[in-house]
Amino acid sequence: MSDQEKTKRRDFLFTASYALGAVGVGAAVWPLIDQMNPDSSVKALASTEVDISTIEPGKSITVLWRGKPVFIKRRTKDEIAEAKAVKLEDLIHPEKDEDRAKNSEWLVMIGVCTHLGCVPLGDKGEYNGWFCPCHGSHYDTSGRIRKGPAPTNLEIPKYEFVNSNTIKIG
Amino acid sequence: MKFFFKTICIFFVLIAFNIQKVEAEENTKVLKVEWSFKGLFGKFDRASLQRGYQVYAEVCASCHSMKHLSYRNLAEKGGPEFSKDQAKAIASNFELTDGPNSDGEMFTRPAKLSDKFVEPYQNIEEAKASNGGAYPPDMSVLVKARSGGANYIYSVLVGYDDPPTDVTLDDGVYYNTYMIGNKIMMPNPLTEGLVEYNDGTKATEEQMAKDVTTFLTWAAEPHLEARHKIGFKAIIYLIILSILAYFSMKRLWSRIEPKV
Amino acid sequence: MSNHNYVPSSKLGKWFNDRLPLLSLSAHVTEYPTPKNLNYWWTFGGILTFCLVAQIITGIVLAMHYVAQADLAFASVEHIMRDVNYGWLIRYFHANGSSMFFLAVYIHIFRSLYYGSYKSPREVIWILGMMIYFLMMMTAFMGYVLPWGQMSFWAATVITNLFSAVPLIGESITNWLWGGYAVDSPTLTRFYALHYLFPFLILGLVILHIWALHIPGNNNPIGIDIKKPSKDTVPFHPYIVIKDLYALLIFLILFAFFVFYAPNLLGHPDNYIEANPLVTPTHIVPEWYLLPFYAILRSVPDKLLGVVAMFASIFVLVILPWLDTSKIKSAVFRPLYKQFYWILVLDVFLLGYMGAMPAEGLYLLVARVATAYYFIHFIIILPILGFKEKTIPLPLSISEPVLNGTPNLEENNKTST
Repeated sequence: MSDQEKTKRRDFLFTASYALGAVGVGAAVWPLIDQMNPDSSVKALASTEVDISTIEPGKSITVLWRGKPVFIKRRTKDEIAEAKAVKLEDLIHPEKDEDRAKNSEWLVMIGVCTHLGCVPLGDKGEYNGWFCPCHGSHYDTSGRIRKGPAPTNLEIPKYEFVNSNTIKIG
Repeated sequence: MKFFFKTICIFFVLIAFNIQKVEAEENTKVLKVEWSFKGLFGKFDRASLQRGYQVYAEVCASCHSMKHLSYRNLAEKGGPEFSKDQAKAIASNFELTDGPNSDGEMFTRPAKLSDKFVEPYQNIEEAKASNGGAYPPDMSVLVKARSGGANYIYSVLVGYDDPPTDVTLDDGVYYNTYMIGNKIMMPNPLTEGLVEYNDGTKATEEQMAKDVTTFLTWAAEPHLEARHKIGFKAIIYLIILSILAYFSMKRLWSRIEPKV
Repeated sequence: MSNHNYVPSSKLGKWFNDRLPLLSLSAHVTEYPTPKNLNYWWTFGGILTFCLVAQIITGIVLAMHYVAQADLAFASVEHIMRDVNYGWLIRYFHANGSSMFFLAVYIHIFRSLYYGSYKSPREVIWILGMMIYFLMMMTAFMGYVLPWGQMSFWAATVITNLFSAVPLIGESITNWLWGGYAVDSPTLTRFYALHYLFPFLILGLVILHIWALHIPGNNNPIGIDIKKPSKDTVPFHPYIVIKDLYALLIFLILFAFFVFYAPNLLGHPDNYIEANPLVTPTHIVPEWYLLPFYAILRSVPDKLLGVVAMFASIFVLVILPWLDTSKIKSAVFRPLYKQFYWILVLDVFLLGYMGAMPAEGLYLLVARVATAYYFIHFIIILPILGFKEKTIPLPLSISEPVLNGTPNLEENNKTST
């Protein structure tokens, strides 16, 4: 075997060792990272059912879902009308009220300000909706951002009406 | 170098020998069953796990808790693998106390997938009081908590017998060939035909014992299948990489005396 | 040290290196002249470093999920085993990792004993090593308590009760250790805190251990002092690095076998029963790596003296460099010592076996004889052997094993001092 061939074979050997070693280190590191992801007991709590039969018009309840507050508001006729009357051009994050509330009487959204994660206060602010005390974001009766530093509307979680008295969130 | 290899070989042989010895010692004390979950590629028998759950639920669960398991586990991969709906239906058979509700009161509701197995007794004291002073142990990790493991559990389940003439038993104590000390407070739990299997398997005492032991083994080690699968890959990988490392080393040391 | 004068080639490198000589350190480690005749028993230093780092990493991960509270500890371990992503793998790795760590450390220590690595000028390395070993035992013991199974609880009870043997203040000490009148939740929580702390102390000592090693350099199988660097040495990188890696991979195969196929073989079934202060398991045994000490403890019929004997068995190792009077390091050139060495190995295995057996009858008698021999080996045999033994002549260097004009002992001593 010539010296050149020898060198070639040696290079291949070393490259293969390095590459295989790197693959192994990667595979060994993954469990150490993945262990911090939500575990199976947390994932199992992904949906929750809420009884809404006792909520009066104009009132709202807050429930905990995946560790976050979820606002369930039964809106009055006036509030619905107010939400629907807004022109899309006036919105920072344009969304129709119909797209946010499947059943216009019920508004279900995650009660976390899209700015930096504080919980907004209900029936407050310049738009009769919600107001975040941390940095002064104003949301309207559809939970849409109207004024302040928050970039987007309050998030709508996945939910469905199991029957007329029960909402399943998640 | 040679010495090192020899030592390693001897070491591995010693380990293998020891494991065999341990197993052999078990043999003299307990019955040995050919479990499907033993060995390099051991997997659970899915049907047996499902039947085993049935035996647990209909026979054991009235006294033995399994507090570390959740109903969702029954539908998880590597376990009995009931469908999600089956597992939900199983869970909804159990009532548990939840709360407080908005009036500040506790209420009962059917169990959900995310709930832990409902325990038969409120606390250890109640369990003892209901069982003549003996606490029926929690079964979540029972197989790992007994030397002999699955074979031991199986042996005890089929090991009930009449006491030899020189053994006298108190009331509420039974004789068992394989139980440590031969005395057991649990009456023989399994009799032929006690449960009716959906899949038509004949519910003999041995069959039920085997099924429920399989189920308990899974309960104690729910990730056993993943462990065997990953383990095999890991060891193959390590062997290949050590061969590569060996030749890399030889190459690097080729001009140096003494050789490695 | 060969590279005090290392100068980085780049300007930035030089600027940085003048302020913090990390590049010099790296160059030192890379070039570190290592005897080229080191055999595979010398690879366990690298393997041990891996073990320590792996235990720390997996330990930190487990700490993210574990709850150090008596009512919750057992359940939180089950949570790790069942729910946490790869939790079972990480916990089994950590639990078996302690056994693998001790396996490696015992090989490392017995290598040292065989080749006389504890002798001048390496006494400080040896003493640091013994401190590491002692801290390892404390760490392992406290880690074993954390799952809060029956063995955890009763091991904690038995071992902390050792301190009640101290005259007059014994009870105050145990109450202080427990934070109560028995092992309970406060004990668990403080053990957890210390179990997290100690590995970092070990890491610090390991750095000192290696630092101290790099002053005289490695001992070697022939046990003679060599010039460094010379034709008797090779640079640490890549020659020793690749060899250590190869040995580590072989070691990992064994490790993986335990983790994946026999994860509970080295543990005790009773530790899967939740701690119960009302019921003692019929037969309490420590983990295998503590068995010899357990045997020594039990073989002395007096409570206080038993504890003293156990601690003395470690202390005798600490002062070993001054008990062994022979100037020749390697057992290769000490025919008598070699035989006594293997008897000691057998003796320690015997002690380990007796530690696992019930302390009664013949077992107890054998344990007593083995304990006595252990101390006789270090306190009587080794000092005498140094004067009486007729050793085999040493070679002049590693590359010249031929013994022309056999150098006598005294000449060799001169070169070694």
